[in-house]
Amino acid sequence: MIESPWPEISFEDRIGTASFNVHHTAHIVVDGKVCADCSTRECIVACPANLFVPTSDGGILFNYEQCFECGTCYMVCNREGAITWNYPEGGYGVVFKRT
Amino acid sequence: MPDVDVIVVGAGPAGSCAAIVLARAGKKVVLIERGPFPGSKNMYGGVVYPRILDQLIPEWWLEAPIQRWVTRRSTMIMTDTKALTIDFRSQAWGAPPYNGATAYRPDFDAWLADHAVAAGAELICSTTVTGLLHDANGHVSGVVTDRPDGELTASVVIACDGVNSFLAKQEGLYGEFDAANYTLGVKETLALPKDVIDERFGVRGTDGVDIEIIGCTGGVNGGGFIYTNLDTIAVGLVLKLPKLAAQKQRPEQLIARLKAHPAIAPLVEGGEIKEYSAHLIPEAGISMLPTLAGNGILLAGDAAALCLAAGIWLEGVNFAMASGMYAGQAAAEAIRSKDTSVAGLAGYQRRLEATFVLKDHRKLRRAPELVLSDRVQHLYPEFATSVAERMFRVDNPEPKPGVRKIVAQERKRVGIRRRDLAKDGLAGLRSFG
Ligand SMILES: Cc1cc2nc3c(=O)[nH]c(=O)nc-3n(C[C@H](O)[C@H](O)[C@H](O)COP(=O)(O)OP(=O)(O)OC[C@H]3O[C@@H](n4cnc5c(N)ncnc54)[C@H](O)[C@@H]3O)c2cc1C
Ligand code: SF4
Ligand code: SF4
Repeated sequence: MIESPWPEISFEDRIGTASFNVHHTAHIVVDGKVCADCSTRECIVACPANLFVPTSDGGILFNYEQCFECGTCYMVCNREGAITWNYPEGGYGVVFKRT
Repeated sequence: MPDVDVIVVGAGPAGSCAAIVLARAGKKVVLIERGPFPGSKNMYGGVVYPRILDQLIPEWWLEAPIQRWVTRRSTMIMTDTKALTIDFRSQAWGAPPYNGATAYRPDFDAWLADHAVAAGAELICSTTVTGLLHDANGHVSGVVTDRPDGELTASVVIACDGVNSFLAKQEGLYGEFDAANYTLGVKETLALPKDVIDERFGVRGTDGVDIEIIGCTGGVNGGGFIYTNLDTIAVGLVLKLPKLAAQKQRPEQLIARLKAHPAIAPLVEGGEIKEYSAHLIPEAGISMLPTLAGNGILLAGDAAALCLAAGIWLEGVNFAMASGMYAGQAAAEAIRSKDTSVAGLAGYQRRLEATFVLKDHRKLRRAPELVLSDRVQHLYPEFATSVAERMFRVDNPEPKPGVRKIVAQERKRVGIRRRDLAKDGLAGLRSFG
């Protein structure tokens, strides 16, 4: 593994560089009951926004607010019904600037 | 009577080009975009090849929001400690009619949508299309949006809603879903002073650099890229979804690994992260192609998986602009002849087959699989770079071994079977030759 020659910024600072116009209702809903039985947990490593966080009691904590709306999570998740995925209401969500 | 002639969903490059063509043909066209402005949801690596715009916006280079013109293109093959680069420059690419250009998508897509509006299309932003409407015969007859009273009817709907296209899925135009057909793109936009970028990348003025990298994605199959803008650089990776999900390193950790590589660190050092972003790519080319037309509906751009992602080629914007343009022409033709059924819309497929859109995809049909194969990803970089290392190493008092001997020894050491090397070589010649 290559060592980084300079300090990496925290994930909070990293995601803070992108802009989000957060709507009060979640566009993605994760069913914790389905996740509780999931051992593979593809979402945790793959979500570029790091929005799937394992909890100490074996569950998954999900927060929709700083989401790129990319679709990775519903594509890698193999469990029917775990993720209900929609785009946010028009005008809300991520706003890219220099991409 | 439908409310309008055509509804175009998505104001990316595909949607805006479709709308330009239709509005200029005198059709009543509405372009619906879910973002607050066109381009606000769109992210890519960084280089557009706008030659196809000659047909829509003559001398587009005088007005397009371009960062730099790519005059230097490098293909880099790397392992953790070595890198072998093919570096090409052409000063011709820095003058009209140009070749590739770096641009920010929020700028570029907004500019293209302005042309659709100028041609007479009605652009409606901040509006998400949530589904398709059908008439009594099951033909697509319009869309439902998330606006109050948000239904709108049309003779034709052109779905330019990008890689996730829920409209194409609702209409059943895709075959079986396979996550292996998609890659995740992640990137950092890093700020550096313009003169530092010029110096590090060896360019001047508005000349720019495009670097494509293989062997930089750890255990995940994929590739890397660096593009220069005026006072930022874009550094990122594309990562095959099932492989990404099956290992331990997160996307931003894989970017950090690339940035720390001895061949890359001096280029990116000190660059402050201005924006971190992510987006999916339909990566499998012709093998994942959906049905491109239904009754009353056409698919264009990424919604139709028309992005060409074949290793050292990552072209999607030009394929989107062209397919959008041809979809617009076919829809106008169908409306004129009063037949918007699949048969009436057949001019779309015909145009795609007759031009680079499907010709390039058919020619490069083996390329995506080959470039993302385990051998190309995990064995050949070590093989190629170690052959180079031994060729250029002076082992006095040992005499120089012949190149043939080095190749044979390194092939064995890395564990590549001669048969496989020959097979991949042939596949490479067939796809790229
Ligand atoms: C990391 C990465 C690197 C890339 N690098 C390059 C490159 O260097 N060069 C290149 O040419 N291509 C590149 N591509 C590919 C290129 O970005 C795409 O092929 C191209 O953007 C496709 O254009 P499009 O118009 O089909 O779709 P998009 O650009 O995705 O536009 C779709 C539009 O539809 C809107 N939309 C979606 N759903 C709805 C809805 N339901 N209602 C309303 N609006 C909706 C979206 O907001 C968006 O504006 C790259 C892609 C990625 C992810
Ligand atoms: S979202 Fe899917 S992959 Fe993630 S924990 Fe839940 S079931 Fe598993
Ligand atoms: S859409 Fe993308 S960014 Fe949003 S939660 Fe899913 S994987 Fe994460």
